[in-house]
Amino acid sequence: MSGFNYHKASDVADAAGKSSSDDALPLAGGMTILPSIKLGLSDPSDLVDLAGIGDLKGVSVDGDTVTIGAMTRHADVAGSADVQQAIPALAALAGGIGDAQVRNRGTLGGSIANNDPAADYPAACLGLGATIVTSNREIAADDFFKGLFETALDAGEIITAVKFPVPAKAAYEKFPNPASRYALVGVFVSDGPAGTRVAVTGAGVNGVFRQGDMEAALGGSFSADALEGISVSEGDMASDLHAASDYRAHLVGVIAKRAVAAAAG
Amino acid sequence: MTEHGIGVSVKRKEDRRFLTGNGNYTDDINRPGQTYAYFLRSQVAHAEINGVDTSAAEKADGVVAVFTGADLAADEVGGLPCGWGLTFQNGDPMVEPAHPALAQGKVRHVGDAIAVVVAETKKQAKAAAQLIEADLNGLPAVVDMKKAIEGGTLVHDEAAENTCYDWAIGEKADVDAAFDGADHVTSIDIVNNRLIPNAIEPRVALAEYEAASGDYTLYTTTQNPHVIRLLMGAFVLQIPEHKLKIVAPDVGGGFGSKIFHYAEEAVLTWASAKVGRPIKWTAERSESFMTDAHGRDHVTHAELALDKEGTFLGLRVQTLANMGSYLSTFAPAVPTYLHATLLAGVYTTPLIYANIRAVFTNTVPVDAYRGAGRPEATYLLERIVSKAAREMGIDQVEIRRKNFIPSDAFPYQTPVALQYDSGDYEATLSAALEAADVDGFAGRREAAARDGKLRGLGYSTYIEACGVAPSAVAGALGARAGLYESAVVRVHPTGSVTVFTGTHSHGQSHETTFAQLVSEQLGVDFEAVDVVHGDTSKIQFGMGTYGSRSLAVGGEAILRAANKIVDKGRKIAAHILEASEADIEFADGSYTVKGTDKAMAFGEVALAAYVPHNYPHETLEPGLEESAFYDPLNFTFPGGCHVCEVDVDPDTGVVDVVNFTAVDDVGRVINPMIVEGQVHGGVTQGIGQALLENAVYDENGQLLSGSYMDYTMPRADDVPSYHVSTEETLCAHNSLGVKGVGEVGAIGSTPAVINAVVDALAEKGVTDVPLPASPQNVWRAIQEAGA
Ligand SMILES: Cc1cc2nc3c(=O)[nH]c(=O)nc-3n(C[C@H](O)[C@H](O)[C@H](O)COP(=O)(O)OP(=O)(O)OC[C@H]3O[C@@H](n4cnc5c(N)ncnc54)[C@H](O)[C@@H]3O)c2cc1C
Repeated sequence: MSGFNYHKASDVADAAGKSSSDDALPLAGGMTILPSIKLGLSDPSDLVDLAGIGDLKGVSVDGDTVTIGAMTRHADVAGSADVQQAIPALAALAGGIGDAQVRNRGTLGGSIANNDPAADYPAACLGLGATIVTSNREIAADDFFKGLFETALDAGEIITAVKFPVPAKAAYEKFPNPASRYALVGVFVSDGPAGTRVAVTGAGVNGVFRQGDMEAALGGSFSADALEGISVSEGDMASDLHAASDYRAHLVGVIAKRAVAAAAG
Repeated sequence: MTEHGIGVSVKRKEDRRFLTGNGNYTDDINRPGQTYAYFLRSQVAHAEINGVDTSAAEKADGVVAVFTGADLAADEVGGLPCGWGLTFQNGDPMVEPAHPALAQGKVRHVGDAIAVVVAETKKQAKAAAQLIEADLNGLPAVVDMKKAIEGGTLVHDEAAENTCYDWAIGEKADVDAAFDGADHVTSIDIVNNRLIPNAIEPRVALAEYEAASGDYTLYTTTQNPHVIRLLMGAFVLQIPEHKLKIVAPDVGGGFGSKIFHYAEEAVLTWASAKVGRPIKWTAERSESFMTDAHGRDHVTHAELALDKEGTFLGLRVQTLANMGSYLSTFAPAVPTYLHATLLAGVYTTPLIYANIRAVFTNTVPVDAYRGAGRPEATYLLERIVSKAAREMGIDQVEIRRKNFIPSDAFPYQTPVALQYDSGDYEATLSAALEAADVDGFAGRREAAARDGKLRGLGYSTYIEACGVAPSAVAGALGARAGLYESAVVRVHPTGSVTVFTGTHSHGQSHETTFAQLVSEQLGVDFEAVDVVHGDTSKIQFGMGTYGSRSLAVGGEAILRAANKIVDKGRKIAAHILEASEADIEFADGSYTVKGTDKAMAFGEVALAAYVPHNYPHETLEPGLEESAFYDPLNFTFPGGCHVCEVDVDPDTGVVDVVNFTAVDDVGRVINPMIVEGQVHGGVTQGIGQALLENAVYDENGQLLSGSYMDYTMPRADDVPSYHVSTEETLCAHNSLGVKGVGEVGAIGSTPAVINAVVDALAEKGVTDVPLPASPQNVWRAIQEAGA
């Protein structure tokens, strides 16, 4: 760690400006970026703190859309009566991220900007067909996640909010990595305005992805039985000491069925 | 029984400071002019060192000095010594390669220290270390033990086939004959998984040299300060004892990993004189993963011979024991003296043969970890016994009962050197069966099945040898030190007491247990007794804490010193009360003349000893302080029965421990709450080994499980509420009748868990699951059985 300059941004434009240089990064909850710096995995020259920007925080419901500010903490999403009412699966997902300390610091924007292949929120964004709102545009979730730790964000582009369409049915089922308790396999399923969706996190070699065969089957009948016999390709699965790709492929099937059963309720 | 005496769950004295954040750990200590050390460590497992260029680092901001192995060699600093010598079967001594404190010639594991930077701040030391250029010539890494013994790449040139020793116990021909005559033979292959101790407090050292006096002080996170003084002073740095002080203040957990003498201690102590300033080093967590001695790591093939009724006729064991890259302090003793000698377990197996081959690999040194050898012995025995019962269609409880050493057979001589002094295995078994509601298991299994879960029940009836150890026995088995313990009981003029113990508490609650002991023995108030440990300048001598020895050996020494106090007090009281010594009785803190109301309180006697106006000066010295050294005649043998009940999710392989019962015989219990706490912690570590923890190296010797992202420590929600209780048989050879409780939880529990998992999966055709029974391993076992 060679040290960095700290800036507190006054508004989104200020944050975008200050973080547009090559070695500058926005700072949200710091739950990912600070450990990365300490471990020498990241060495930014400047950190631009978004914490002072008031309009990046909070939840609002407008008709059939739930909008959550980028700086809203996991604990606040989990505890929001509005989210619990409109998309209970999303509130439950937020409540299952990390531990209490992490949920009290980590944010929605930080999580999806980071796009850890084992993170939970990317599955919700993709599984609900959300729209990511940034300092200069709106990006469909389908176009946002670009592989391991890669997103469609440009340098200096700040996520301001995520708009989630309210589904008719949805559930998130997480099979935690025994050690880190990130998702070894996490499956978010929904049926609603954005169609029938099955988004898988934790498992794919390229990070979060939609499982087309399952979506097609569920489009016919939204039931766990509909997923019977669908096999997930091992070749697309990540492999590590906790789960080789064959086990992960198997788990995607099991966890997807459990998610559908929970959503179908 | 008094309010704070033996048998009472007195609240812990030490918790006042721990729970209010007032503990004093090594990292809390700072000395004037202190500098900081950072160790540059090898990122490769095996390489030749062509050269280390420190010139840029030396010029970096804040750097005081940079040292390498060459600097140590130039000063004739010795290597780290090993405390045990074993032999090959033919009597040749084990191969004992040099263990330089900073690598010389080669690096041999990821984490091996190449250089140390001493700087004004931690950050400067770390930054400068990045400027050191180590020219390394990479070599293939030796990781897998089975490949290691085929030869090829050698970790140490002098260790052919990477073998440290090839040792055996028992008469092989007799055991083979028993197998020839057997009706049934059960065999099992076991990989006893490598564990990383993960004490919550990382290792820390702070060394200081006073030029004017030539005195060295080392504050360090150790379980045995006097042993460090001896090993480092005599063998590494040639500093005589009177010039070297070791202080181990509050220590936040050790589990064995803080027994050993580590390189950083020696390097800092040596360097503190070189730079003339105190130097502190605090391990980062990732450093702990790759430098604290690891535990377990045995690969074993075992066979049990039985007659047709299920009576054990013989046991044959072959074990490869990983030593890692260098011999850590106690490493050679663990698979032999603490493992092979335990292979009779609680059973009357008449013939046992064990062959232990210790193997060098390019991994972190492996040494004693909570239980040390005894968990490995218990695991293989309890797994093979359960497997034999299953194969022969004998009930799990029945096969154990049939082979138990009966309670009237003590003292019992096993075929593997140990003589058990006492025990009642039926008592702990039947108490456990009841506490675990084994009768209701069938109903619970059906209920679980309705939820799609497979429920299983597993047993472990175990014994361990602790109270380490009779010096003569240890010496005959290769120990290079004695293993007695020592104590001083100092009674102050007004009757309060300070107890000095050579054991060290790093979670074991000695300050409470020992105060209870002395309070009861001298009849003084519990609050009037304080226990001091962990400082070689205060404590007369000691061998430290490990092997569940503190109460059984250290407590007995305290008791003996306290008894000398009582005896001296009797002489003083006899003089003052003008009675004959034989007529003086001591009870409840008061000396009385038999049959009279003439009495003196203990405090009055203490005062008389220090204000000796009316005193038997011709025959007695003033003052009231006594010391004792105690060397036990035998080990102590705690034992018991653990019963585990699990649910397995057959679709995911997830194992959920739903019930765990531990009934242990630890001899007399001084403080039931503390005993229960020790069992809770040990059982949790045992469940951790069974289901969660695993140190994994890749073929290049990189530690894949090098952080908590990949190394699974047990957490509160991984374990159920335990049913813990004790059954008492007294140790026959110490006056307290105590056996020791520090390790039983970790020794007894692991096989109970795996036996339960195998029981749950039996209907799927599974006969074995590997350690740890992680979701993936369990799922795979189900797939393979079904295939
Ligand atoms: C112990 C632990 C356990 C965890 N467990 C889980 C888990 O189970 N599941 C899970 O999903 N996650 C888990 N996390 C990660 C956690 O959710 C993090 O908080 C999250 O990934 C990052 O959020 P943050 O607000 O802390 O972002 P930061 O660390 O501040 O930033 C992360 C990255 O995003 C960028 N960034 C932040 N905000 C914005 C923005 N508004 N616009 C553009 N870029 C931005 C930063 O520049 C940085 O590169 C865990 C973390 C820890 C430490």
